[in-house]
Amino acid sequence: MTPLLNVKDLRAYYGQVQALHGLSFSLNEGSLTTLLGANGAGKTTTLRAICNMVRSTGGVEFEGKPLNNRSTESIVRFGIAHVPQGRGTFTNMTVEENLQLGAITRKDTAGIVSDIERMYAHFPVLKQRHTQQAGTLSGGEQQMLAVARALMLRPRLMLLDEPSFGLAPLVVRDLFGILGKINREDKVSILVVEQNAQLALELADQAYVIETGRIVMSGNAKDIANNEEIRKSYLGY
Amino acid sequence: MELFTNQVLAGIATGAIYACMALAVVMIYQAIDHLNFAQGEMAMFSTFISWQLMQWGVSYWFAFLITLAFSFVAGIAIERILFKPLVKAPVLTNVAGFIALFAIINSSAGLIWDFTIKQYPTPFGSAPFLGSQLISTHQAGMIGVTVALLLALYFFFQYTRIGLAMRAAASVPESARLVGINTSWMIALGWGMATAIGSIAGMLIAPVVFLEPNMMGGVLIYGFAAAVLGGLSSPFGAVVGGFLVGVFENLAGTYIPGVGNELKLPIALALIISVLVVKPAGLFGRHIVKRV
Repeated sequence: MTPLLNVKDLRAYYGQVQALHGLSFSLNEGSLTTLLGANGAGKTTTLRAICNMVRSTGGVEFEGKPLNNRSTESIVRFGIAHVPQGRGTFTNMTVEENLQLGAITRKDTAGIVSDIERMYAHFPVLKQRHTQQAGTLSGGEQQMLAVARALMLRPRLMLLDEPSFGLAPLVVRDLFGILGKINREDKVSILVVEQNAQLALELADQAYVIETGRIVMSGNAKDIANNEEIRKSYLGY
Repeated sequence: MELFTNQVLAGIATGAIYACMALAVVMIYQAIDHLNFAQGEMAMFSTFISWQLMQWGVSYWFAFLITLAFSFVAGIAIERILFKPLVKAPVLTNVAGFIALFAIINSSAGLIWDFTIKQYPTPFGSAPFLGSQLISTHQAGMIGVTVALLLALYFFFQYTRIGLAMRAAASVPESARLVGINTSWMIALGWGMATAIGSIAGMLIAPVVFLEPNMMGGVLIYGFAAAVLGGLSSPFGAVVGGFLVGVFENLAGTYIPGVGNELKLPIALALIISVLVVKPAGLFGRHIVKRV
């Protein structure tokens, strides 16, 4: 079986500085995979390189099709939804407009309308606030909106960059619960980058640990969570 | 009192033109973060095109529509050829680009149509509007066309998907790309629309200021004043600013002794400076805070 996403020997650069040093990993259809690591390890860069938002070399394949020389906006059309760090909310637009923007590449008007209702069912707070400017939402609500916006694409693969960042622990629990549900029920494969390793390992089935631009550990999420040595030396808990 | 009403209405009529120019300036500013100094010249050139068409026997409204289409395409072409390569260039490089564009268009118009002043027709006539001495039919026409244009633009940006995509691309370009919007083409589209809006302003004001290559110089300065007053980050503000500047200009010319017709332009510049000193974001603009 070809993996849904296959990353091979990925190297990325910010100007002269190399941030990724030949990173390889893969993700199977239906999986919920997490990419763990400390600050500056290259987690965000990995996601950005997959969507071609940073200069990179090496192979990124989605269902066997290379993504390397495609523009960021055309990669979306493969069904890859990227929720960037900081959530990327269109703050001066309404909640509903944010959702419509998530589906801007789709042509099926009726499907979009029913998907917006589906999102409101997933995230009732967004329905309450659907005419509000997205910038007036709280951090947690904005993260819900960002996930909902990504789902509006009906993605095959969702890339999430630090969804827990800046959120209260209870809100994070909530959000991760929803992510798990989306993964199981809507069959959306998810690649989530996290600093909160403990929580991410509870959620994920696969995990990769990344350090200074290289994969240093990979395996079943439970095994990694249960291995005290790895936890202490790489994940810090 | 009649003089006052008269001046206010005349101010609203010219203000409509300033509103169009300000809106064109703001649309491009939103898209690429630079002021288009050549906006007036582009409008002037479009107006000449429509004049030439009419000289060839095309009827006014048909010439009007052809000019709109021409301006739209020309605006996109200018962006693709001149400003797309300058996306990552420093501010001054872009400024030089705008000045070059200004000079090229101004001189070409002079070369093709020479610098003598030409009469430009109005489809509305210049009789008193509805029998009232307060405003002429052409002035009423200027207001009417502008209001129709503004409504059309409002519906476009508020209720169409492409309008939504354009707003998204202008407000958070990176997120726009991540939902699959081709931001580069949205910028080009913004240029096309801004150029078409400018051409409407040119064709409406030409019967008043007469047609010649330097006709838009003053108008663009008022347009800038309007954009700054309303806030460069707010299209709505630009429109309100346009009408305010039009009225203010006329009232100052009439009631402040010594201003008259000659000192109207410095008033626009004084307005720009005062707004920048007192309220740099303008009446409706948002303060942009940048992290360093």
